[in-house]
Amino acid sequence: MSNGQNERREMTGAEMVVQALKDNGVKHVFGYPGGAVLPIYDEIFQQDEVEHILVRHEQGAGHAAEGYARSTGKAGVLLVTSGPGATNAVTPLQDALMDSIPLVCLTGQVPTSLIGSDAFQECDTVGITRPCTKHNWLVKDVNELAATIHEAFHVATTGRPGPVVVDIPKDVQFAKGMYVPPQTAPRTSYQPKVQGDLEKVKAAVELMAGAKKPIIYSGGGVVNSGPEASHLLRELVDLTGFPITSTLMGLGAYPASGKNWVGMLGMHGTYEANMAMHDCDVMVCIGARFDDRITGRLNAFSPNSKKIHIDIDPSSINKNVHTDVPILGDVGRVLEDLVRLWRATAKADKKALYPWWEQIAKWRARDSLAYKMNNDVIMPQYAIQRLYALTKDMDTYITTEVGQHQMWAAQHYHFEKPNRWMTSGGLGTMGYGLPAALGVQIAHPDALVVDIAGDASVQMTMQEMSTAVQYEAPIKIFILNNQYMGMVRQWQQLLHGNRLSHSYTEAMPDFVKLAEAYGGHGIRCDKPDELDDAIREMISVKKPVLFDCRVATLANCFPMIPSGKAHNEMLLPDEATDEAVANAIDAKGRELV
Amino acid sequence: MNAQLQPTGSAYFIAKETEKPENHTLSVLVDNEPGVLARVIGLFSGRGYNIESLTVSETEHEKHLSRITIVTRGTPHVLEQIKHQLERIVPVHRVVDLTVRSQELGQERPLERELALVKVAGTGEARVEALRLADAFRASVIDANTEHFIFEITGKGSKLDQFIAIMKPLGLVEICRTGVAAMNRGPQGM
Repeated sequence: MSNGQNERREMTGAEMVVQALKDNGVKHVFGYPGGAVLPIYDEIFQQDEVEHILVRHEQGAGHAAEGYARSTGKAGVLLVTSGPGATNAVTPLQDALMDSIPLVCLTGQVPTSLIGSDAFQECDTVGITRPCTKHNWLVKDVNELAATIHEAFHVATTGRPGPVVVDIPKDVQFAKGMYVPPQTAPRTSYQPKVQGDLEKVKAAVELMAGAKKPIIYSGGGVVNSGPEASHLLRELVDLTGFPITSTLMGLGAYPASGKNWVGMLGMHGTYEANMAMHDCDVMVCIGARFDDRITGRLNAFSPNSKKIHIDIDPSSINKNVHTDVPILGDVGRVLEDLVRLWRATAKADKKALYPWWEQIAKWRARDSLAYKMNNDVIMPQYAIQRLYALTKDMDTYITTEVGQHQMWAAQHYHFEKPNRWMTSGGLGTMGYGLPAALGVQIAHPDALVVDIAGDASVQMTMQEMSTAVQYEAPIKIFILNNQYMGMVRQWQQLLHGNRLSHSYTEAMPDFVKLAEAYGGHGIRCDKPDELDDAIREMISVKKPVLFDCRVATLANCFPMIPSGKAHNEMLLPDEATDEAVANAIDAKGRELV
Repeated sequence: MNAQLQPTGSAYFIAKETEKPENHTLSVLVDNEPGVLARVIGLFSGRGYNIESLTVSETEHEKHLSRITIVTRGTPHVLEQIKHQLERIVPVHRVVDLTVRSQELGQERPLERELALVKVAGTGEARVEALRLADAFRASVIDANTEHFIFEITGKGSKLDQFIAIMKPLGLVEICRTGVAAMNRGPQGM
């Protein structure tokens, strides 16, 4: 990796930071300089092994690092200054915590002698970031700096991955001390369990073998566990013949073209996926966490099933939903055992599953993702379908912002591989997608990276267009522009008597001119029959693109499990009349939202 | 209190809690490093768990290990979550629910002791009565002049409560309690 390996030598704290990054295999750092990190920036200037990407706002650095991490499986690294630099990074840190993304965030801090004095650009970084990181450190002694950064990488990338912060006072960056290379002995208190209990795996195989109405429900943990886990998941599905659904975070682990795929589940999941979850007799949850967007009303969630739950985080098991067979361990390792044991002991009786598949086919026939096509106005679902049709055969990565467009993207863009889909699931961070696309493009310079965006979300981190132009990262920002915060409006229609309080954007920038102002390329399209050509233009332009796709302004996202309802009480698109929408959530449900 | 009604489920699909809350005593073995107590306390406040009592001190100086004893209140489901959430904290070595452990060992509850310093001021009959009662409770006098006593008393929380209640009409001035220290009976370690 580098000449720092196995070598203790004296250097300054700032040198150590750069050396530690190299020794941990870091190629790119997203960051923004400031007073308290200048010594580190001085070291970055004097080398070219680690490339620094200068963002326009620290939140952008964080989301870019998330996109980088999610698309490569490696840790994303950001470097920010003290005070406002650190506080601006808080949103992406929490985002990464909720979606289990490995991030290493290095923050500058005022000199140790000034800590606690309300110095210029001082904030209690470790205090502020304690609840939004997996772990964090304030390094007061330069001799502990190298070991701490190595430990930070270890903690961020192992077990259930997550963000970490290393806060480095400026005097520590100047001080000289001993550099130690990465070591293999981690602290004794941190030893994530990766190997599942074989007895439990056996019990799972037994339960699965006897299932008449099984379903596999997989999540982001499969993607996090690495490509081998996705491979094993596919093998397990083939062996068992079970239907499989996935959470928002897990899309791509099993291919959408796979014959056992029933679509995404949850609040805006397909009818067949949610009905199968509700009616199943055995549920195999793999690397997912029974989030409230998935379960709907907990006391009506899949009432008649035995549940198997594979997860690396013991606190995820039995948190929201009682599990009959909990298996604690890394998804990849557990799947390895599960597949092996299934091959050895269980005989898949695929015939026994015929009635179940017939039932699923009936649900599927409801065509829950259907929408009314319009020849004059671009329907948002149609826009995603065309984008998919025209980009699916390319080396494509998709990011999103948060809202209706995100759900439409999840429903209508079909993923064949893991690590191709970057979205803010747990925290629901508007403004995630554009900087995340930047991060993905930095990691994969030759790929097609598209941020499926909404007009409201994209304006939250628009400034990173400037970064994309500077680094010649040709990200495509495909904005489904309906002038509304569409999901907010949808909930106002459902819950608040159609009083659309502040969910309409009266003054929208001209996205084409905005793109040009940044030095990118702007495209506008408002006619369905011109859409394909416009998308082709977007793909062919070798610059960052803002694509202003004017879509039907009042389209809503269906199917939907209204709050307070169960999986089998979905609101389907053909039933979603104005009246049904207005009455979908009763007074009791209204309190719950 | 809200935490009782709305434990770890979603804030969006709230189900009524049907289980009864219980008091449990947890022992948490941690690396004694800066911020570790803040991590533990922050977890409780951040996730809406209750702390009835908390004590902490370094117990193994060479290994820099501290033992935190927490008395918390929650339903069995929430208590299990608390344990697992504590285990996720990087410098946490081990979490033992002493109450569950004692039941496994066939005992009613773990040994729990608390120490209190109680200052009582007064003269005449009240002063004599205070000293007499202190003797009955096996509290020792650790400071006194002609107008006051400071008593040191050790025992179960309920005993301390009772002692303090009795001292109230006798010139109680000030109380300091350590919180609960606890371990399980028998030869095994935690």
